[in-house]
Amino acid sequence: MVAQHKPKLAVWKFSSCDGCQLSLLDCELELLAVSEAVDIAYFLEATRKDPKGPWDVSLVEGSITTPHEAEKIRQIRKQSKALITIGACATSGGIQALRNFADVKDFISRVYARPDFIETLATSTAIADHVPVDFELRGCPINKYQLLEVLNAYLNGRKPLIPRHSECLECKQRGTVCVMVAHGTPCLGPVVQAGCGNLCPSSTRGCFGCFGPMETPNTASLAAQFAALGQDGRAIQRAFRSYNSNAEAFRKESELHG
Amino acid sequence: MASRVIKVDALARVEGEGSLYVRLKEDKIEEVKFGIFEPPRFFEAFLRGRDYSEAPDITARICGICPIAYQMGAIQAMEDALGVVVPEPIRMLRRLAYCGEWIESHVLHVYMLHAPDFLGISDALELAKSNRGLVEAALRLKKIGNDILETVGGGRAIHPINMKVGGFYRAPRKREIRALAEEMKWAIEESLATIKLVGGLPFPELSQDYTCVALRHPKEYAIHEGRLISNRGLDIPVSEFLHHFDEEHVKHSNALHGYQKPDRSPYLVGPIARYNLNFDQMTDLARSSAAEAGLPRIITNPFHSIVVRSVEVLQACQDALAIVESYEEPDAASVKVTPRAGIGHGCTEAPRGICYHRYELAEDGTIQAARIIPPTAQNQKMIEADLHKVVEANLALTDADLKWRCEQAIRNYDPCISCATHFLKLEVVRE
Repeated sequence: MVAQHKPKLAVWKFSSCDGCQLSLLDCELELLAVSEAVDIAYFLEATRKDPKGPWDVSLVEGSITTPHEAEKIRQIRKQSKALITIGACATSGGIQALRNFADVKDFISRVYARPDFIETLATSTAIADHVPVDFELRGCPINKYQLLEVLNAYLNGRKPLIPRHSECLECKQRGTVCVMVAHGTPCLGPVVQAGCGNLCPSSTRGCFGCFGPMETPNTASLAAQFAALGQDGRAIQRAFRSYNSNAEAFRKESELHG
Repeated sequence: MASRVIKVDALARVEGEGSLYVRLKEDKIEEVKFGIFEPPRFFEAFLRGRDYSEAPDITARICGICPIAYQMGAIQAMEDALGVVVPEPIRMLRRLAYCGEWIESHVLHVYMLHAPDFLGISDALELAKSNRGLVEAALRLKKIGNDILETVGGGRAIHPINMKVGGFYRAPRKREIRALAEEMKWAIEESLATIKLVGGLPFPELSQDYTCVALRHPKEYAIHEGRLISNRGLDIPVSEFLHHFDEEHVKHSNALHGYQKPDRSPYLVGPIARYNLNFDQMTDLARSSAAEAGLPRIITNPFHSIVVRSVEVLQACQDALAIVESYEEPDAASVKVTPRAGIGHGCTEAPRGICYHRYELAEDGTIQAARIIPPTAQNQKMIEADLHKVVEANLALTDADLKWRCEQAIRNYDPCISCATHFLKLEVVRE
């Protein structure tokens, strides 16, 4: 019998907080099983091993914010059979994409005494803005069970079962009382992709958009509802400008308010 | 003399992207630079113009490993600016969440990131091949930290959603918190086994006369509040942090380097600093198991940090169990917060050491200025000072071994580079 080829996995980091790749190490009950199914070949946060590509699957965390990163992702794409981006930074630019709405020079001088030492791009952008991406897994952070599903799907040559409907459906599935209807709490749930596990509404908090826009979001209608609840233009703009501010639907809606 | 060049382009088993550069000329150190090339993300800049209530969630995104440190620091600073005092049950729930983060972060570091250095292997997965039971127990211990975070934090351990200025969005139910107790008891036993295990590792020799800085609380092993003290007589409220400490911008790092005023000298924050300053406030079991593991009363060898982290895991497990067993639901999940103009300071003990926040608020609660000084930025100068001594003492090692020893010395600090930046590349040039 021919020995089965164990797929080679690489985990990459760009501009990010490390939380999404940590999700893999947070699979405490599943990690050793995963490591038996795949060869976790390159994962700098966890191992000193520094093997060479190519890779069967590359998981990419983080956004592109420097010229060096823009070049590095092209090299990784060439070496990867499947490239999967994980988390809000990699899929939309992340919280650091707030620079896209400001003058980055002003940002640098507010944080660093010697701006001439800092090399950065004017924008923070998604990986898919630079190279073709096979699958985008949303979330700030990603849901580790969704990560296991995506890995499982790629290893078995099937499509990942990741819903694209809104967070509202998670409330309905769980029987969570609508915080906007019952308490008048502004909630991005109607326009945000499900996947977190219904965390905020079930804690009586409005959804604040960790998983980015759902497939066909009616942001204009939700913005009008926020206004009816007494939110001013600045508050509405801030709601759309957080962890996925550079996702097209949220960016466009945010530009209408302020 | 022939020149030798040792280079690691990316230091592994640390959080974020950093580098080390060592230049030697005829076995004399010319230069040691611990650099951070994690790209800057400009948190302090884009916090301006946001609402005070958004700071805990936004600053959590500085770091996926220690989000609680950022949430709590921001919350404390905002409550300071807004004159908010929270009742005891809320304060204890916060401490419980923070214990969860210490357990999760410390266990990750002890077993997954640092122990492989002492054992001469690349990673914990390799360890699992020879001792699967040990790695399974480590992962179970780590999971308890995350279980606490999920229970208090509203369902997830990374960037929890339940913490806010004034308290919590939803107070966890008594039965949810009490359900943690059984596993916590196992965790205390497992922490003792961990201390024994790491106490028997081979520790490279190194001694530093550290200036240790940590929080101190009148009654508790300080985690989420206290005054700032040092072994050189410092004893100040958190609000005076910037009178005594500052940061400078150096070319080889995207993180600002912390220093003490006025002489710009390095100082140490983190587990060893806390242990040296607050040992008397540890639990009896933590103190006795530290002694049994061979830890001296005052630690001067940074390679002992792996043992101290393990002792702190025990401390956090015992503290957490006490809170779990006495938990009663608060009357209200949060107290009312009214925006006003003001300046607020916050400082808590992140797993890697003190993390300072300062905010200026406008009358409507809009953030006008933000300053955050994370632990790894404060430790950078000390890391370089340690590296100097490590290189000096180990010139006889081969390039590959010296490189690894330097990496191990950096990992003594469990550097959190995403935090400090505001990765690690190791380069040793021997001329």
